Amino acid sequence: MMTEISLNVLDIANNSIRAGAGLIEITVQIQRDRDALTIIITDDGCGMTPEQLKSVEDPFFTTRTTRRIGLGVPFFKMAALSTEGSFKIDSTPGSGTTITAVFGLTHIDRMPLGDMNSTIHTLITLNTHIDFLYTYSFDGNQFTLDTREFRQVLGDVPLNSPEVSAYIKEYLTENQNEADGGYHI
Amino acid sequence: MKSLEELKAIREKMQGQIGIRNESSDQTRVVVGMATCGIASGARPVLTALSDAVQTKGLANVSVTQTGCIGLCQYEPIVEIYEPGKDKVTYIKMTPEKAQEVVEQHLIRGHIIQKYTIAEVLG
Ligand SMILES: Nc1ncnc2c1ncn2[C@@H]1O[C@H](COP(=O)(O)OP(=O)(O)OP(=O)(O)O)[C@@H](O)[C@H]1O
Ligand SMILES: [Mg+2]
Repeated sequence: MMTEISLNVLDIANNSIRAGAGLIEITVQIQRDRDALTIIITDDGCGMTPEQLKSVEDPFFTTRTTRRIGLGVPFFKMAALSTEGSFKIDSTPGSGTTITAVFGLTHIDRMPLGDMNSTIHTLITLNTHIDFLYTYSFDGNQFTLDTREFRQVLGDVPLNSPEVSAYIKEYLTENQNEADGGYHI
Repeated sequence: MKSLEELKAIREKMQGQIGIRNESSDQTRVVVGMATCGIASGARPVLTALSDAVQTKGLANVSVTQTGCIGLCQYEPIVEIYEPGKDKVTYIKMTPEKAQEVVEQHLIRGHIIQKYTIAEVLG
């Protein structure tokens, strides 16, 4: 199991990368009035057929014996469901996948969100061929990071060059602080 | 809201300098296993420590990348080092602190830290 939700997000986004995504959208939404922490990960990768989807969500019921069963999706699903939340995968072969996990914000079994900014920074600087759209929203105060926008400003200066990498770190930290006032999630 | 103006300034400063970072054959590759097993056992902070150290030390010929499951889940986090013309070195059960040592000793000074390698730990 993971110790932070942000580690699940990193792991699930790696599935999107492996699926050949060109754009990955990651949304973290905290709504205290609904007692909900919602994570949405959308990609434009290869997608899954309904049969594939079934065996991914319930790996222990699959008849597949040719390869080891994956743990990433089941971990994430279990983490959400254990907080009286919900979990859903929508996927279309050839067009992409959306995973939505809702956690009970104040549920005793909810793991901390953890270092979301480190997850986003790692994803962006290690996968410069992919675009990311990150949205963080705290009680309606939100900010976004769109690498397509950054690229437009940067021209051919790479996203993983030391100066840009440092800028991305600051951008995430400062804007998250502005959105949630340093609230511990 | 942090502005994109700062990003513009970075571009203006860096334009003309790019192209220095060549991904040529004398590159050393540092590869971190980042599948579910790796992430669950602490690969993300190890990767961050490696990237940060490589950047602050200005090691332009070293690139840090990620890979999927290396197939040795119980020894994660795993870091593999590929230097041109040398055998691959596999470090197991890494931590951010050990990773920093690897940058100092192995990547900068060229001394493999035997006690962290898979060959040594598994005998
Ligand atoms: N976004 C996605 N797009 C396409 N296929 C996906 C996606 N996410 C998951 N899959 C499919 O579901 C399988 C199971 O995913 P899961 O993350 O549970 O395990 P895994 O990635 O195979 O292994 P690991 O345990 O290292 O995560 C993947 O191997 C892949 O075939
Ligand atoms: Mg996975």
